[in-house]
Amino acid sequence: MAECFQISLLDNVATLLADAEPGSVTIRGEAEQQAIHLAQPVRIAHKVALRAMEKGAPVVKYGVPIGEATQSIAPGEWVHLHNCRSFYDDGSSHLNLETGAREEMPYV
Amino acid sequence: MSDESATLRNAAWEGYLRPDGRKGIRNLLLVVYTVQCAEFVAQEIAHGEADTHVIGFPGCYDNAYAIRLLLALARHPNVGGVLAVGLGCEYTQPARIADVVRASGRPAHSFFIQEHGGTRSSIEYGKQLLAALRRDVESAPRVPMDWRDLMVGCECGGSDGTSGLAGNPVVGRFFDLLVDLGGSAIFEETVEMIGLRDVLARRGKTPEAQQALRHTYDKAEHYCRSVRQYSIAPGNFAGGLTTIEEKSMGAFAKSGSRPIEGVIRVAETPPHPGLWLLDSVPDQSFMQFGYTNPNDTEGIMDLISTGAQIILFVTGRGSVIGSPIAPLIKITGNGKTFRNMEQDIDFNAGRVLDGSMTMDGAGTALAELVRSVAGGTMTKPEQIGHREYFIMYKHQDTPSLTEGCRA
Repeated sequence: MAECFQISLLDNVATLLADAEPGSVTIRGEAEQQAIHLAQPVRIAHKVALRAMEKGAPVVKYGVPIGEATQSIAPGEWVHLHNCRSFYDDGSSHLNLETGAREEMPYV
Repeated sequence: MSDESATLRNAAWEGYLRPDGRKGIRNLLLVVYTVQCAEFVAQEIAHGEADTHVIGFPGCYDNAYAIRLLLALARHPNVGGVLAVGLGCEYTQPARIADVVRASGRPAHSFFIQEHGGTRSSIEYGKQLLAALRRDVESAPRVPMDWRDLMVGCECGGSDGTSGLAGNPVVGRFFDLLVDLGGSAIFEETVEMIGLRDVLARRGKTPEAQQALRHTYDKAEHYCRSVRQYSIAPGNFAGGLTTIEEKSMGAFAKSGSRPIEGVIRVAETPPHPGLWLLDSVPDQSFMQFGYTNPNDTEGIMDLISTGAQIILFVTGRGSVIGSPIAPLIKITGNGKTFRNMEQDIDFNAGRVLDGSMTMDGAGTALAELVRSVAGGTMTKPEQIGHREYFIMYKHQDTPSLTEGCRA
């Protein structure tokens, strides 16, 4: 079974340790839950929601907010640029979801 | 308290007492070149001498940051005696370096190559001076040391996804232990903390420390904006990092969870034990003078300049560097990297990711390794003979930009 890693008990996301398909994933590290059911495929080093988050709720990793939910997020969902944004950096809200590349930069 | 933590708490080892009262974990000689032109002679003098390390400054024009750094390294607790070698026409003065080292009670010599006939005769003369220094330094008194005498620095480089998950958090657990046991822990890389202004400031122990942390953060952020150097790139996002705060926390995790006593600058030793932030970012100047940590080795030299006797280096992809003066302990959070490069890497923090170790267990295991290295066990870079060294011009707190000019 695929595994993910939770750094702090306060976290509402965990990081995948391998590419995973929808289904149950073991949680290692500082975790209360033993497993989380992935709602969709999540790639290695990407994050999965451990708890439900309302729009505007902090996404917590390392025990601190690393961004805020831009829509409501259900447990087991992939958390990334499409549903989480930086408090600090506006630029990362305009990046390609797959490649991370900046899309508004003109190449002329 | 468990037996294991009691053993760790009561750990003691023998160190070397310096005349200025500081305690080292190695008994080294240092050859210092004062310009690139003297580097070859300096290296040849040290060649084949296992206890002799080489540092220097390549520029002909001196620089306040570089002078302070050289003087701090030359009086490092692990250094017993110093030979400063110059060519003869550069700004940086070997005799003045030797004077400062002697004022710390350590033996020191200096000479100019131009006054000793050239390469071969200078190497021969330098070897004689080195032998004389060794006779003085061999008798350095041995004294008991414990955690309260130890200062450990940490930096990361060649990071991958495991560095923020395991490598740096495990160092953070060790730093918590070290601080609780009365030791000193130092971390740097403020430019890797972008987006964490409030998280960083809240960790300050006092209002003054919080103010210093905010000021240091603001300087680093301004530096990043002016040189357009942000430490996050498309590949980081594609790799799963969603925000700069998330990436920054991965680096900041090495600081552990204890209060930050304050901010020190390059070549400054913390006034008391605890957790400290080292500010190695160039100060604002009309020409944006210098880079902050242009490579891993420069950052490591900044850390050693604080008097740290041991440096931890966290890598994900793998690294083969070492350092002069203070032993480098290499740590990876990536079990695959550890197995691939075990000849170079000392500690596998990847064990917390495969479930074979808890985070606390790994922090304690790292403390055991640090204790052993402090007691004389050589790290893998030391065994191989890695002593990478690099510094360059940097503007940090030069008294006055117009000094020396007749405007």
